[in-house]
Amino acid sequence: MEFLTEHFDDFVNGFFRSLSIALWGAVGSLLLGTLLAVFRVSPIPVLQGFGAAYVTLVRNTPLTVLLFGMAFGVPGLGINASFYLFGVVTLILYTAAFVCEAIRSGIATVPIGQAEAARAIGLTFGQSLGLVILPQAMRSVVPPVGSVIIAMIKNSAVVGAAGVGSDLFSVYKRMTSALGYAPLPVLTAVAVAFLIMTLSTGALLALAERRMAVAR
Amino acid sequence: MTGSESNVASTGRRPLVELRDVDKHFGALHVLRSVDLTVGEGEVVVVIGPSGSGKSTLCRTINRLETIDSGRITLDGRELPAEGKELAKLRADVGMVFQSFNLFAHKTVRDNVTLGPVKARGKSAAEARKKADELLERVGVANQADKYPAQLSGGQQQRVAIARALAMEPKVMLFDEPTSALDPEMINEVLDVMISLAKSGMTMIVVTHEMGFARRAADRVVFMADGQILEDAEPEQFFTAPRHERSKDFLSKILTH
Ligand SMILES: Nc1ncnc2c1ncn2[C@@H]1O[C@H](COP(=O)(O)OP(=O)(O)OP(=O)(O)O)[C@@H](O)[C@H]1O
Ligand SMILES: [Mg+2]
Repeated sequence: MEFLTEHFDDFVNGFFRSLSIALWGAVGSLLLGTLLAVFRVSPIPVLQGFGAAYVTLVRNTPLTVLLFGMAFGVPGLGINASFYLFGVVTLILYTAAFVCEAIRSGIATVPIGQAEAARAIGLTFGQSLGLVILPQAMRSVVPPVGSVIIAMIKNSAVVGAAGVGSDLFSVYKRMTSALGYAPLPVLTAVAVAFLIMTLSTGALLALAERRMAVAR
Repeated sequence: MTGSESNVASTGRRPLVELRDVDKHFGALHVLRSVDLTVGEGEVVVVIGPSGSGKSTLCRTINRLETIDSGRITLDGRELPAEGKELAKLRADVGMVFQSFNLFAHKTVRDNVTLGPVKARGKSAAEARKKADELLERVGVANQADKYPAQLSGGQQQRVAIARALAMEPKVMLFDEPTSALDPEMINEVLDVMISLAKSGMTMIVVTHEMGFARRAADRVVFMADGQILEDAEPEQFFTAPRHERSKDFLSKILTH
């Protein structure tokens, strides 16, 4: 376990780097995913079509393909950004498709009469959705969206493997190849670090679920 | 329908809701067939008819929860807008009470009543709250204001739903079988609220099979069958001497039960 004591700083830095990928990924994909879900249930055909096409395309493309597509395709458009930014953006674009579908399934659990009553008192589409439908959908949305976010945290390792740099996975690569430590102990440490992230996410979700159940 | 025309003319009321030659299909099903109906200001019209005759659909077209294929519907002289903000504004002027109450499950009783006035009418929270408490008092559920809908009985929920609709200060109220989901002992508490509303001069269109309500509060009874208005008469006349064969048949069925 000497790699841990000698390179503890690297590990801590790697952990926070991975954590920041996960956090930005979560925030971004929740926002974009919600927006896509709103598109899909909106009465405007163009938005519906865009939402459906986006989900079909992105959900059925492997994350690695999307990553390489971004890494090679986007600089060709004259946009230059760090690998970190590319990684995070790709993760958001990918995860949002799953968040969208999870939210949409939650919206479907809200009885149609709720939307009709909202419209009947003169709320606009946006108000009905934001004030009546989504708050009620959230209750059933927490578990599936939670699964999506946990999957995303694990996917962030794939983004790291694609070369984000200085995240946990890069630390692993440097330790085992350049510094020559045995892979298994290092891998175990990386796994524990990821477990810390996913398990605490799980705990937060359980808390959210319990609070939603009370608030009605 | 000459019936409705003549009635409105005879009572001299200002027409508030007018349907002209309205047609509506659900796929191949012709649910409204050239429906003509005029409801004057302050008038209470009861709509009755067999299941599937299009009563709910008729009600729902008036605030455009259901679109129509052809014809014209006007509210207070203005044709219903197609979509968007204008339509939302129109709906705010039309109160609707559903068979299944449809109270907002995640909001307290009071918040159910203040939501529309605050968000759709732009009233201040304090003003909306004051009005809500008055209305809850009026429908007899003031002591339930901080509870959630699921904690109330069906009759209480429906009275809250009436208060929620009234909070918008609507020009007309639509009721779609407001008592048919209720246990018998709760029907009267809702009907009493509706009767006092009718007495206060509210314009009402009520789909119901409650004869008592029709006799006590209605100015007219409209009988529908197969998407058509077959008869449009005063309650006494309709119940004692229906003109149409289908009305007679229908009345004999519901009165023997
Ligand atoms: N959204 C819909 N899609 C397809 N058909 C519908 C829809 N809503 C109603 N219908 C059909 O239209 C016809 C008229 O329905 P409507 O609900 O207006 O009748 P109703 O007179 O209110 O009946 P009830 O007394 O049972 O409430 C029925 O045959 C019904 O099955
Ligand atoms: Mg009906």
